[in-house]
Amino acid sequence: MLNFALEVGKTHTPEAVLFWFLAPLAVLSALGMLMAKKAVHSALLLAWIMISLAIFYIAEDALFLGIVQVVVYTGAVMMLFLFILMLVGVDTSDSLVENIKGQRAASIAAAIGLAGLLTSLIGRANMGRSSVGLTGANANGNVQGLAEQLFTKYVWAFEVISALLITAALGAMVLAHSQRIRSRTIQRDQSIARFRGTSLAQAAGLPGSGVYARHNAVDVPALLPDGTPAPTSISAVLEARGDMIESGTFALQPQEEEEN
Amino acid sequence: MDISNYLYLSAILFTIGAIGVVVRRNAIVVFMCVELMLNAANLAFVTFSRINGNLDGQVASFFTMVVAACEVVVGLAIIVTMYRSRRSASVDDASLLKR
Repeated sequence: MLNFALEVGKTHTPEAVLFWFLAPLAVLSALGMLMAKKAVHSALLLAWIMISLAIFYIAEDALFLGIVQVVVYTGAVMMLFLFILMLVGVDTSDSLVENIKGQRAASIAAAIGLAGLLTSLIGRANMGRSSVGLTGANANGNVQGLAEQLFTKYVWAFEVISALLITAALGAMVLAHSQRIRSRTIQRDQSIARFRGTSLAQAAGLPGSGVYARHNAVDVPALLPDGTPAPTSISAVLEARGDMIESGTFALQPQEEEEN
Repeated sequence: MDISNYLYLSAILFTIGAIGVVVRRNAIVVFMCVELMLNAANLAFVTFSRINGNLDGQVASFFTMVVAACEVVVGLAIIVTMYRSRRSASVDDASLLKR
């Protein structure tokens, strides 16, 4: 621990400043992502983690990967996540009830064990050697070096991964496709339903909202010639959302007293 | 700066992602935690590449990104399909096999 602290004190390079500024922020936002109740907050924090990882990549002489990280992860993947969140419902919050007893405590204990194992192993990952650095490998430019590797040594993996991409796209299409159960209602069907139904009352179409009404608004029912409101003149969507005023209040009152 | 600090950061992020996968219930958040784990592994790859002085680690990281993109596309499609039939994105609600 003392050695560690001394090492931290010794670092003067700009990279160290960058690291000690961004790494705690990344860890904090990862923790926040873990604890955020709303999925949208988690998504935004994850986007920030990905951006700081991109900055780390660029600091580590992986310029191409840094740019790809921003474009692919924060650009495409996170947008896809947010899109699905909007589709599935932003306000569905997590249930905090534990279905399996003690699952949370056990998993956190296991995770601490995993962290200890990983850090104790990773501490020896460079086997005491100092790092070589990428100045030699990046001599012709990072993108050129990566391209050389991709199209010579890893060309088979590259081909396989293109097949994987196509398969994934097809898979998403198959999963997102929903088969139509009934045939589409066309104008002809609507017309038949209107005229060959039980009554001809709706044959001329539903009354429009606000027609013969005292207010000109979509949530106000039309008044029929006898003064009664017509609830069918209001869109069913408004009714389902509860955005509608009780239509009985719009009925015309008989005004015989005034005439006398 | 000691370069293995990056590896420690990667280990921490990976662990947080692992906790999230086990603890959270919302399928989308679980998925985001998987993404965090993949990202942490990528950081380790890039750092290994720098330690060893060749670009193999960066190529591996590149492939991981492509696989992660595929995984997101298919996984989110599965979540949407699940949501369509169950009207919920919680992993607890997909429990038809229990009964």
